[in-house]
Amino acid sequence: MPARGDAGRDASVPSLAWLRRLGRRVLAFCSRLGRANLFILRVLAGMPSVIPRFHLVMAQIYHVGVLSLAIIVFSALNVGMVLGLQMYNTLVNFDAESALGPVVALSLVRELGPVVAALLFAGRAGSALTAEIGLMKATEQLSSMEMMAVDPVRRIVAPRLLAGVLAMPLLAIIFCAVGIGGGYFVGVGLLGVDEGAFWSQMQDQVDWSEDVVNGIIKSVVFGVVVTWIAVFEGYESEPTAEGVSRATTRSVVYASLAVLFLDFVLTALMFGAF
Amino acid sequence: MREGKRDADNEAALTGGRHGNLVELHGVTFGYGMRCVLDGVTLRFRRGCVTAIMGPSGTGKTTLLRLIGGQLKADRGQVLVAGQDVGRLDREALYELRKRMGVLFQSGALFTGLDVFDNVAFPLREHTRLPESMIRDLVLMKLQAVGLRGARHLMPGELSGGMARRVALARAIALDPMVIMYDEPFTGQDPITLGVIMKLIRLLNDSLGLTSIIVSHDVQEVAAISDYVYLLSGGRVVAEGTPRALRETASPWARQFLGGLPDGPVPFHYPAPDYAADLLAG
Repeated sequence: MPARGDAGRDASVPSLAWLRRLGRRVLAFCSRLGRANLFILRVLAGMPSVIPRFHLVMAQIYHVGVLSLAIIVFSALNVGMVLGLQMYNTLVNFDAESALGPVVALSLVRELGPVVAALLFAGRAGSALTAEIGLMKATEQLSSMEMMAVDPVRRIVAPRLLAGVLAMPLLAIIFCAVGIGGGYFVGVGLLGVDEGAFWSQMQDQVDWSEDVVNGIIKSVVFGVVVTWIAVFEGYESEPTAEGVSRATTRSVVYASLAVLFLDFVLTALMFGAF
Repeated sequence: MREGKRDADNEAALTGGRHGNLVELHGVTFGYGMRCVLDGVTLRFRRGCVTAIMGPSGTGKTTLLRLIGGQLKADRGQVLVAGQDVGRLDREALYELRKRMGVLFQSGALFTGLDVFDNVAFPLREHTRLPESMIRDLVLMKLQAVGLRGARHLMPGELSGGMARRVALARAIALDPMVIMYDEPFTGQDPITLGVIMKLIRLLNDSLGLTSIIVSHDVQEVAAISDYVYLLSGGRVVAEGTPRALRETASPWARQFLGGLPDGPVPFHYPAPDYAADLLAG
């Protein structure tokens, strides 16, 4: 029969193990965050070498931006139509359906445009970037580039990061424009809201600097974060097929969570009345 | 006869004189975490010679190439390439040195987004300001040397394994390096491709005045084209010499490795309790 002291020590072991696991996870998270910061500093240091070779960035804008257009337009159209329908059903109860234009526009420009475009961007372009860089690592393409005295961070990563940062606001703007078109189609075309009221109230109530510029700032921040996570996860991935697949999943999940969290932070800073 | 002459020439070269060492490793120790991969290894690679590093899988052969290329740094010891201590070079100097080194990776490591022509042109476009017409001529010359001038429009996905390695070889010699390193160049190749790659390694070495370092465990192929061979096991050099000298070595481990014997100093059975006792225990 164990002594009381022994029994007490035995009982404390599971809780210590739990604490150890938690500690290990926190340390691993901090270490990964540190590596991600060092990585982005390395990429930014290599950015000046990208400017004279802007064709590399243009090629990447095509891959991450133009090739994402179809899903952006399709999603924006549907989001805009749903928004128009839902808002109309609420506003009509107060005889305020003429306010449909500004409600749809403000929802899209302030929130849904940047956020949904960023989530779609993370799913379509972010995952593609992670998989591409991860596969280049797994097939020794990055190593061979290094051995050819070409820095892969400058040649591969930096143009992709810059392209993501440039493409994201453009996609968000297109998302907002198409979404407003969808709201207009449902509200004016199908439900009979006055066209003049739709546009004039929108023009009157949507402020350029407070709404549009803040929306664009949001999309730039999302562009940086989503692309940063995507290229970092690809570059840090384990060089195996399984490692690349895990990195791609992580890229989409982390980027989506980061977008939603940062959206709250930015909204609080821009529109909050704390 | 030709091999005998090469052995004789090589013995002379190795004992002094007309060639210097282009690459030298002195007492190099390296490990991944707690696992020691190389333990005080000293190797010398003569200018103009084809030198092979052989040994079983996991014995640190590819690690050696990465140490020579400066992708890894030795925990102890010195890696000298053309008289420069690779471990002490800053990034700029290391990249300058790498422009004079070529590496053929096991997979070829061709850039999948570029066709054959652009793959070979890649180092030229990155490191020279040559006009496109001259780059075209140089690329076609390199591709002609490996017999793939006609495949210049193909994408890497359209190439066989052997063709991909030949394109990678053309890319590795694009900047006319002083040394070229081959990581398992013969693995998984059919006999014809094997012959082609063996011929190319020897031919390019002799005609371009290169120094070649081959990492491989293909005994016959390496013996046929190498001037000097190092046998590595457990992170140490267990035997070295010309291919002919190694065939007569007294080392039991070297005899087992070179003869491909299933049992010997490296046992056939993984360590286990007594067989009969194990069976009866159940």
